[in-house]
Amino acid sequence: MLQANWLQWLRMPSKLSQKGVLGMNQRNHSYIGRYNDRRLYPLVDNKLKTKQIALQAGAKVPELIGVIHNQAEVRQLKKLIPRASGFVIKPAQGSGGKGIMVITHQDDGRFFKPSGAEVSSADLERHVSNILAGLFSLGGKNDVALIESLIEFDDRLLKFSYEGVPDIRVVVFHGFPVMAMMRCSTAASDGKANLHQGAVGVGLDIASGRAVNAVQFDHPIRHHPDTQADLSTLQVDNWTELLQLASSAWEMTRLGYVGTDIVLDKTRGPMILELNARPGLAIQIANACGLLPRLKYIEQQLDSGQLTVLSLQERVSFSQQHFLREACF
Amino acid sequence: MTRRIPFYLLILLLLVVGIGLSIYRHDVYSVPWTPEETREQWVVEARIKFIAQGDPVNVVMQAPDTQAGFTLIDESTASQGYGFAMVEEDGERSAQWSIRSASEEQLIYYKARFLVDPQAAINTLPPDAPLQPVVFEPQRQTAALALLEEAHRRSADTVTLARALVMQFNDQSNQNAALLLNSIRREQALVALLAMQGVTARVVPVLALKDGRRRQSMTPMVELWSEQTGRWLLFDPVTGKAGQNNRLLVWGKSYQALLDVVGGRHSDISFSMLEQDIPASQATWEKVQAEDLLNFSIHSLPVEEQAMFKTIMLIPVGALIVVFLRIIVGIKTSGTFMPVLIAVAFVQTQLLTGIVGFLVIVGTGLLIRSYLSHLNLLLVARISAVIIAVILMISVLAVIAYRVGLVEGLSITFFPMIILSWTIERMSVLWEEEGPKEVLVQGGGSLLTAVLVYLAMTHELVSHLTFNFVGLQLVILAIILLLGNYTGYRLTELRRFRPLAEVR
Repeated sequence: MLQANWLQWLRMPSKLSQKGVLGMNQRNHSYIGRYNDRRLYPLVDNKLKTKQIALQAGAKVPELIGVIHNQAEVRQLKKLIPRASGFVIKPAQGSGGKGIMVITHQDDGRFFKPSGAEVSSADLERHVSNILAGLFSLGGKNDVALIESLIEFDDRLLKFSYEGVPDIRVVVFHGFPVMAMMRCSTAASDGKANLHQGAVGVGLDIASGRAVNAVQFDHPIRHHPDTQADLSTLQVDNWTELLQLASSAWEMTRLGYVGTDIVLDKTRGPMILELNARPGLAIQIANACGLLPRLKYIEQQLDSGQLTVLSLQERVSFSQQHFLREACF
Repeated sequence: MTRRIPFYLLILLLLVVGIGLSIYRHDVYSVPWTPEETREQWVVEARIKFIAQGDPVNVVMQAPDTQAGFTLIDESTASQGYGFAMVEEDGERSAQWSIRSASEEQLIYYKARFLVDPQAAINTLPPDAPLQPVVFEPQRQTAALALLEEAHRRSADTVTLARALVMQFNDQSNQNAALLLNSIRREQALVALLAMQGVTARVVPVLALKDGRRRQSMTPMVELWSEQTGRWLLFDPVTGKAGQNNRLLVWGKSYQALLDVVGGRHSDISFSMLEQDIPASQATWEKVQAEDLLNFSIHSLPVEEQAMFKTIMLIPVGALIVVFLRIIVGIKTSGTFMPVLIAVAFVQTQLLTGIVGFLVIVGTGLLIRSYLSHLNLLLVARISAVIIAVILMISVLAVIAYRVGLVEGLSITFFPMIILSWTIERMSVLWEEEGPKEVLVQGGGSLLTAVLVYLAMTHELVSHLTFNFVGLQLVILAIILLLGNYTGYRLTELRRFRPLAEVR
């Protein structure tokens, strides 16, 4: 019994590489290290810069209402925020969703968070001061605060997420979308969309935007643990448009290996939330599929010199043709 | 693949040069591969410092000689512009430096090499002067006589007499001993009391040999003359232990006359020492000493710097282990090389004390840090506050350990405080962002790595190889460069991606 176990573990590396699973070392060495120019990282590490380049490229992003650069400008916060609608205050260089304050509605100078808790305007000003002081940024660097309009989430997908906005992560390699997943928050993940904190990862077929597989804590599931929605019925509309938006990250940043995070707005459609120069490997588990064959296939095609001049639309349809996948629920 | 060729050539070059240098050192200088084949040898360096005043300067230092347990192999000195002579007078050796005129701070180095040698040929000289009778003033004389009477009753010979006296000295409640030790030092009191009993004794400077120590000073000890054996016997006036051991080096004949500087002020002498694993034969040693660029030896440096290098040369081994654990195994640590620094601290504190100290400091630090995070401080101020908290904690722990009688607890000061503060800060942020489980994973990973690095660093063979074969550093560098190219799975990923292997 023990021996059989040992053999199984010994065979694991070859099994995994047969499935084309990308490991952390290979990701760092052969993809991030090789294709992502260090010089370009500030473009994606700073949400304000990301937003600027996205707007220049004509991509849709959550609407920027205003930026507060220093303590002196904090007093103008009241003038900046919209009179009646909801809004979001976030740090430009925050990591892991820290420091994001969502105000869903307001009533005559009183502000309300999604949970219904009331926030005063003094609370808002203190939050902005904290952002400026670097409380939420990596290494405590001084930061700027962004004020964005609230995303009105698409109702049709609402049942797949619990107390939080689901987002769609697309890994884009040289402008080709290679793999996608939707991250749905759960009670376990406390409204956050991080897979290792317990969010549900739903792998999406690149060809159709249909769910192919779903996992929580690395184990396959079929129903959302809180809303009980059948995850196999998940289907993202306007999928090609969404992939084109995600893949335009290549034109914006010239980062060869990048993760694009997209949210779906009820009225404005898919919008780029942020970009990530070091996208994680959990997307493979959510899709029950390795990244390597797809990455190698594109590398091969690029080396043969045929794919270099393809337009955005051509790249997306290339991926949709070649990365078709059956659901495995 | 072709653009990788220069890289692999570099690796090959590093390996060839590294292994070549090591083989060269082994063959030509006969430095053995394993520590067992060597004989223990101590290099002791005296560093004399004083401020000259522009006048002629004459420095006289007692010099050590072959003695029970140690054979003096050679000695050398470094001093700028000084005339030097070794003088031997009535069996007393001294090193003398002189210069016509010197000013400002002066440094003189004297280096001696001793082979640990149980069969050392000793040349014993009897006491040069007849015994001087000692008389204290009346009150102390009474105390001294009482002490002697008690000691005499409880002893059979010279050594047991001395030991009985030391036992009374160590007895806190002994009024007579307290009265006597109030006015003179313990070793002087012992010599005086023995003289009253007709036993010749003298206070000698003794160096306690501890590998890699710097800035050490002499300990005064007592030598007893035994008429029957015709020998001097070393006696520790604090513990009462008699006899030479291979960790105590007698430097001269008189503690008082260790150093005499004429023409300088603020004179000071300190000692560094180093244990070396070197083949016993004198002939081989002569070869090593001959300066040779190809020898690539750090053994030509002053002993003080060599002692430092003994630790520094171990750090690449620690780095190699960290690289291996992170790239091949996939262990998460808090701060990439923090475990290496913790391991270096463990070398000083010993493993168990080290682990307990680390856990206590980081644990308490996390509690303090969680309070600080309520205060909503800026990062630099917060970390500075944590640093001060860590320093206070270390002081309190050291005092408590000392009071309870745990002398090992004092070594807690060897922990790198700034690094520990950063560790606490990082763990605390991790706790807030990812929860306590991740803190356990990364804290445990760091501790495990530190223990493995410690085990490697304290391994006799490892420290022998790294210190004696500098070429091996190039081999380690080559391995690390190769590991930097490893793109296979980490061991922890085999577990993480296991569901993927089972997909059809």
